[in-house]
Amino acid sequence: MIRFVLQRLVQAATVLIVVALLAFVMFRYAGDPVAQMVSQDTTFEDRAALREAMGLNDPLPVQFAEFVVRVVHGNFGLSYQMGQPVAGLLADRLPASIELSLVAFSIALLVGVPMGVYAGLRPNGWISRLFLIVSLAGISLPTFFIGIMLILVFGVELSIFPTFGRGETVDLGGWTTGLLTFSGWHSIILPAITLGLFQMTFIMRLVRAEMLEVLRTDYIKFARARGIDNGRINFRYALRNTLVPVMTIAGLQLGSIIAFGIVTESVFQWPGIGLLFLQAISTVDIPVMSTYLLLVAVIFVSINLIVDILYFLVDPRLRISDKR
Amino acid sequence: MSPKMQNNPRPSLLYRMFDSDAGYKFRSSPITVLAGVVAVLMIGAAILAPLIAPFDPFNKASIDLMNSLTPPAWQQGGNPAFLLGTDDQGRDLLSAILYGTRTSVMVGAISVLLAVTAGIFLGLIAGYFGGIVDALVMRIVDIQMTFPAIMVALMIDGVSRTLLPRDRHDDLAIFVIILAMALSIWPQVARTVRASTMVERGREYVQAAQVIGRGPWVIMARHVLPNVMGPVLVIATINLGVAILGEATLSFLGVGIPASEPSLGTLIRIGNNFIFSGERWMLIYPGLTLALLVLSVNLLGDWMRDVLDPKLR
Amino acid sequence: MTLLSIQNLTVEYPGRKSTFTAVRDVTLSLERGEILGLVGESGAGKSTVGTAVMGLLDPPGRVSEGTITLDGVDVREIAQLRGRRISMIFQDPLTSLNPMFTVEQQLIDTIRAHRDVSGAEALAEAVALLASVGIADAETRIRQYPHQFSGGMRQRVVIALALCSNPDVIIADEPTTALDVSIQAQILVLIRDLARERGVGVILVTHDMGVIAQTADRVAVMYRGRLVEVGTTQQVIYAPSHAYTKSLIAAVPRGDIKLERFPRVSYSEDTTPPRAEFALSSHWLGKAREGAAARSAEPLVSVRDLGIRFPTVSAILPRNRRYIDAVKGASFDIAQGEVLGLVGESGSGKSTVARMLSGIYRPGTGSIRFDGRDLATVHSSRERQAIRRQIQMIFQDPFSSLNPRMRVETIVAEPIHHNRLTSSEAETRAIVADLLEVVELGAAAGRKFPHEFSGGQRQRISIARALATRPRFLICDEPTSALDVSIQAQILNLLKDLRDALNLTVLFISHDLPVVRQMCDRVAVMRNGQICELAETEALFEHPKAEYTQELIRLMPQI
Repeated sequence: MIRFVLQRLVQAATVLIVVALLAFVMFRYAGDPVAQMVSQDTTFEDRAALREAMGLNDPLPVQFAEFVVRVVHGNFGLSYQMGQPVAGLLADRLPASIELSLVAFSIALLVGVPMGVYAGLRPNGWISRLFLIVSLAGISLPTFFIGIMLILVFGVELSIFPTFGRGETVDLGGWTTGLLTFSGWHSIILPAITLGLFQMTFIMRLVRAEMLEVLRTDYIKFARARGIDNGRINFRYALRNTLVPVMTIAGLQLGSIIAFGIVTESVFQWPGIGLLFLQAISTVDIPVMSTYLLLVAVIFVSINLIVDILYFLVDPRLRISDKR
Repeated sequence: MSPKMQNNPRPSLLYRMFDSDAGYKFRSSPITVLAGVVAVLMIGAAILAPLIAPFDPFNKASIDLMNSLTPPAWQQGGNPAFLLGTDDQGRDLLSAILYGTRTSVMVGAISVLLAVTAGIFLGLIAGYFGGIVDALVMRIVDIQMTFPAIMVALMIDGVSRTLLPRDRHDDLAIFVIILAMALSIWPQVARTVRASTMVERGREYVQAAQVIGRGPWVIMARHVLPNVMGPVLVIATINLGVAILGEATLSFLGVGIPASEPSLGTLIRIGNNFIFSGERWMLIYPGLTLALLVLSVNLLGDWMRDVLDPKLR
Repeated sequence: MTLLSIQNLTVEYPGRKSTFTAVRDVTLSLERGEILGLVGESGAGKSTVGTAVMGLLDPPGRVSEGTITLDGVDVREIAQLRGRRISMIFQDPLTSLNPMFTVEQQLIDTIRAHRDVSGAEALAEAVALLASVGIADAETRIRQYPHQFSGGMRQRVVIALALCSNPDVIIADEPTTALDVSIQAQILVLIRDLARERGVGVILVTHDMGVIAQTADRVAVMYRGRLVEVGTTQQVIYAPSHAYTKSLIAAVPRGDIKLERFPRVSYSEDTTPPRAEFALSSHWLGKAREGAAARSAEPLVSVRDLGIRFPTVSAILPRNRRYIDAVKGASFDIAQGEVLGLVGESGSGKSTVARMLSGIYRPGTGSIRFDGRDLATVHSSRERQAIRRQIQMIFQDPFSSLNPRMRVETIVAEPIHHNRLTSSEAETRAIVADLLEVVELGAAAGRKFPHEFSGGQRQRISIARALATRPRFLICDEPTSALDVSIQAQILNLLKDLRDALNLTVLFISHDLPVVRQMCDRVAVMRNGQICELAETEALFEHPKAEYTQELIRLMPQI
């Protein structure tokens, strides 16, 4: 167990170092950091002095180490575009993204898992076939197109949902939440459905496939042969075996929700970090880009780590090693 | 299995394909047949776009701003010359869609091809040699699979923007996207190939080849590769859809193909600007084209998966 | 009254092109406390009868005719009681227990599914059941997960689970096929005791005549979906009346005496064309056998202190790594033209020895000398290939030892091409055709793909491939353990003929003692990676010296 976690921690650290290196390279080599900070008529000597003061003449490993130290202290530099500290910019927008992701993920899980279980138990029923066709459409339709269509139908034609922004928010000591106001919920519904739909269909297909697979195994047949009733077999025996792999992949999907959050935030002008990142890409605002990368890497790596450990805890074959 | 040593004349290859289990599964599912027809028609039309498109959207001389925002031919104010209407520049939408599909299909196909080539090679050596090679390749795969494809693509695009001068970036955008999509897909191929290779490597025919004296590269190329191609085909088809979607998404977000070159994503991006005014056709038709294309490719992928390996996800 | 009665049972699997009748018009009966052996080769429909009784036929299979009655009541009327009164034991204990639940949870769930008892009562009953199937320290072990039990113990857990509902009938589908002989014997004793003590009727489905002889009271023999003979075990085994049963029994290798050849089985599915008579010794295949038979005093193969270890726990620090010695200090000689048997249970290291000799694994310690040369000292790749060419191997699993994407002719020609043994493509083709004739498949087989052949035929292709390099030393790794007995007899006869005609030296690996007795001149017994006894075949079988050998021979299934 400890070995396993250590191994994963080493792997996680490797990922973070690689991403940090990437961010550092962007920071250091994309354009001239000095040129971004000074005006046109700064003298050459002044620039050189600034260069020396910023440590840009130090050996590269030293510069990287200093970069890492700064990052660990939460100092990510100033946004080129907005001239504000990047850390503050991101902190302001993080709650919007996290709330959107969690609502979308909940929709995906709460709808996707039951649909998948149903389709797995009755693979030939017409409802299952309907689910499958709908799910295929869900996987094939691009997220942004779904978002636009929802806006078109419910926002523009029917005018029953707002088409952009997150509505009124309440400030809870640095965390602005939209989940405490009606307009906040009203605003989050369309983006969350947009974002959750792909994940929902994905989870549904996964649960269905796993369920079908488990129901074919010998131990399920044996349980039937012993006369254990169907409900118990389906919902106690099969479901638990199904949920182990589903849990892993669903956890990883949380990462993909963050990724597609960028798209959804762009379509709905949702004031989250994804939108900020997109704007940073188009204006080549390097501090914002590299900080976003680091932040996302930390989130992904943590999710993966948690999923791995959960997997370890749930599966007795991993948890309890063979005594012999 | 009843191998009687008869010398019946063999039915033609076409008939055998039709009569095989795969052929049966294809025939017996009308949706799959439809998807196959649609996919072939769309990809064919895309490839032949320069021949069949009524206008050349790249030719500035053929574009007249006077024609801008013409609705589709059957709507009021429509012009039969522009079947699906025109955009804000006066470009014929049908032609733009045909050329756009061409760009999308091309980007998708090339990136999948690159990803499959790299994935097969690395997956084969990882699965066959095991040990340190395997650990190295799989760690890279693990790390990269932590990040969803679209995120990898965005990062690569972002990095390339910082490293390339802005005016050069537009010219290179299409290569950046291909590279980004290929880089985000190859780990999946490599993982699948590695898993299949490890299974095949354990089979006795590989050991038989070793006993004959065959070297590892010959065994990989002649024995293992043909036996792992099934899953690769499925993964490649499914990822063709993913790559087309990825390109469209990036272009839609404005970080992909520049607006001057039509791709389905850029067309939808332009159409989206007119969502609150009446000119919906600029959004709807490129969007439907994209959805139909990816849906039919995915349906074909599903059918292939059913035929080749019911367990593969 | 008859406990279980099957009347005119017919089971069909409707397919796309035609309907496959797996079981046709089978009538059987079972009494309380009786063990009925249901025997037949693969595809005979014996397992289908069992699953039909359980009502667990996989779709689209269905009972199209006939009735199954339990105590005179049609089982269809008591569908919900089926699981209680009839229980089933599956073949593979590894896959028939749910890995996510403890043994306790599975036992208690099953007990409470049938009887309204409290949790504490169910637990007490579960512990008692577990103890009754021979699991020591049942109170502690019940809290463990299936993966913490060994194969034989898991099968005991499976049996305990099958007994939870106090069934009247148990259907045991190949319950010992996945187990080693010593564990097989224990499980069979357990099943027999169940029948005697609890008065349970058991249908024992198996392909193994030895298991039937040891366990069953009556035997029903099936062939291609039909019942060909029913009778007491004594009568069916010692005085079979149906021709199929006769040939089946004759094909079972005998453990008590050595015969020259196996009797030719007339009821074979693998009808092969009459073999073109080859004078093999003057044919290409027999020619240029440099030095063959010349120096018979010198052993062809000489193995000294052979060993290999595999890592079981990998770690960065060497002191944390764990290894298992798969083979340790194995030494033996094989004389020119001799057949040396290598026997042992699964995991004894016998296949690993084969893989080191054939060059798949590099030996960790010790030396292998072939024709007087130490293989480790041959450095030029050409010379090494020249030696490797003379050592060929036949594998265990006919379904995985042929590349499914290659035509048979390509498979057989590959060693010829690789070693550049012929001067032209035409010559290669002619030799491949002859090889396919020699193994009694006919040259036309070359154009086909492996999946068009049955297991026995595939094994013949495998033999043709091994012969294509004109080897002097042939390693046979369990060449017939995946085959039905009648097919096994043919393949073993073929191997004997080829050995005689080509003067081959053979290492014959098997877990099946009667087969080894029929095939080998000398026998080495392996256990835990070490050779514990090596002797002339007859001496070893008549007067085994090592304790382990005595145990193996005592447990050897006899009919």
